[in-house]
Amino acid sequence: MTTDQSPLIRIADVDKTYRRGAEEIRVLAGLSLTVQCGEFLALMGPSGSGKSTLLNLLGGLDRPTRGTVEIGGERIDALSDRRLAGWRARHVGLVFQFYNLLPVMTAERNVELPLLLTHLSKADRRKHVATALAIVGLAHRTSHYPRQLSGGEQQRVGIARAIVTDPTLLLCDEPTGDLDRKSGDEILSLLQTLNREQGKTIIMVTHDPHASSRASRTVHLDKGQLSAAAPA
Amino acid sequence: MKFLYLVACNLRRKKLRTLLTLLSIGIAFFLFGLLGALKLALTGDVSIANADRLMTRHKVSIIQMIPISYQARIAAIPGVSGVTAQTWFGGIYQDPKNFFASMPVEPDEFLKMYPEFVVSDAHRQAWRTTRNGAIVGRTLMERFNWKVGDRIPLSAPIWRHADGRDAWEFEIVGTYEAARKSVDTSQFFFRYDYFDEGRGQNKGTISWFAVRVSDAARADAISAALDREFANSAYETKTEPEAAMMQGFAQQVGDIGAIITGILGAVFFTILLVSGNTITQGVRERTEEIGVLKALGFTNTLVLGLVLAESCLLAVLGGVGGLGAAWLMTIGGSPLPSLLPVFYVPTPHLMLGAGLMVALGLITGALPALQAMRLGVSEALRRQA
Ligand SMILES: Nc1ncnc2c1ncn2[C@@H]1O[C@H](COP(=O)(O)OP(=O)(O)OP(=O)(O)O)[C@@H](O)[C@H]1O
Ligand SMILES: [Mg+2]
Repeated sequence: MTTDQSPLIRIADVDKTYRRGAEEIRVLAGLSLTVQCGEFLALMGPSGSGKSTLLNLLGGLDRPTRGTVEIGGERIDALSDRRLAGWRARHVGLVFQFYNLLPVMTAERNVELPLLLTHLSKADRRKHVATALAIVGLAHRTSHYPRQLSGGEQQRVGIARAIVTDPTLLLCDEPTGDLDRKSGDEILSLLQTLNREQGKTIIMVTHDPHASSRASRTVHLDKGQLSAAAPA
Repeated sequence: MKFLYLVACNLRRKKLRTLLTLLSIGIAFFLFGLLGALKLALTGDVSIANADRLMTRHKVSIIQMIPISYQARIAAIPGVSGVTAQTWFGGIYQDPKNFFASMPVEPDEFLKMYPEFVVSDAHRQAWRTTRNGAIVGRTLMERFNWKVGDRIPLSAPIWRHADGRDAWEFEIVGTYEAARKSVDTSQFFFRYDYFDEGRGQNKGTISWFAVRVSDAARADAISAALDREFANSAYETKTEPEAAMMQGFAQQVGDIGAIITGILGAVFFTILLVSGNTITQGVRERTEEIGVLKALGFTNTLVLGLVLAESCLLAVLGGVGGLGAAWLMTIGGSPLPSLLPVFYVPTPHLMLGAGLMVALGLITGALPALQAMRLGVSEALRRQA
């Protein structure tokens, strides 16, 4: 999308308010953030501070109430719903805390989902799926259903699904939040590898300082504003 | 097409629920098929009646006889290109419940008038040379296991011999096939000369004439001219198109069409609720999954289409199953040959069924599909967290 030197993400003066009845909740208040290409950014903060909200804005799943979200030189807050969906399909990979795999499909079919939106032939789709599953180390479990896989394995499938279209940006919302230490560590190593070897820019929400230590930079979200990480 | 797997997966999710819904849709379309066949059986396929064939009968009613001598006078009327006589015989084979239509006719005239009865040259020839010869429809042959050459006794309470006996003997000299599916192949035709000689009363009279006109567009004028010919005679006539006579029969059975439409309406209303409920519940249960698909980049329109495809697939699977079963059941012939000699699901009815399947799918899927389309991504994903 851009050269390595220019920032990949530029968020300026973003507000996000939710309305709950008569009450207005201002979750993000004049927040700004710049992320360079190739960064591995950890996003921390107390529960309810708006981490997921921010991630949703970055992934084009939601729009800011005010302010601009520019990614790869494109103002995604100004795109129509339809074009935003297309933008998501091409440029971001999403990894969820609870994996969010479709239970009725095998690992392979789950990973294939984003490719259904491309013009790739069936054979090409199969090839990409195999590559992605090999990268996350699950080449041998392609025809298993999610319920037949451990949490760590399911999250690997989730990551394979996120990278199968080869997006620049990976957004992970507490990817290790539901895993034990060992599986969590494996997932973190995998993300680190993707960051270092494949040049993916990663933004990862986490509550765990151990996880954030794997990132190249950590920012804290509190009271709608970001602050650089206080050294632990 | 590549999304079909995804759609099918969603139907596999709750197998029992899908199965029960499929079953109800299937039963509805099975009924739809059978009722369509029943309607055809009771009212006849009026649409295929020949526009250039007329029926001339006694003005008062079809059970009053008219003289066969009228035949020559009818033939002489301008625009008439063929005429042949038919008479209701009402023959009984062994037992009155073995009912079938039996009629004395003049072989060559008759087969010329009704090309839909297909008889081989050999059988035609045998009929010409055998005075008590009969030509029998294929289904009737099969029903009683008759063979060509068999001697068949029929009793005819309304046509007795001069000595009062009502027993008639016929020899089967041939069979006829149907040129079209809607042609009744359960009838029994024999020679008029044999009949006229044998009967003890009403000699020289017949039930009605089948009249062919050379120009169907002038059928009305010719009918009028024909009835005028016999006006003020001892036997006044009434001439109407073949279709009108078929319809007349149909109306005697009651307004079958309206009754059947009413039943089907109720059935489909129920099905609408049943399968609508299945799809709605299915969509509600996977709100998060729909959120995930949208997060992956599936557009709102695509999600709408996927839900509609799902409801249509459900309706088509169930519908094809049910209608197919009805079709298979009637393809081998009528399950009640004596009551309903022509019984099959007509092609236009099958097409209507296919249309109904798609309509059912679209209607039941519309609301949940719109809901799924409008679902916001972040809201859908939040439901789980
Ligand atoms: N769609 C919404 N409608 C109303 N309020 C919302 C909505 N989405 C988020 N909020 C509110 O915004 C605030 C921030 O939510 P968010 O999910 O971003 O927090 P978070 O930092 O991710 O928390 P957690 O660590 O628990 O995941 C919360 O108070 C939440 O209730
Ligand atoms: Mg969160």
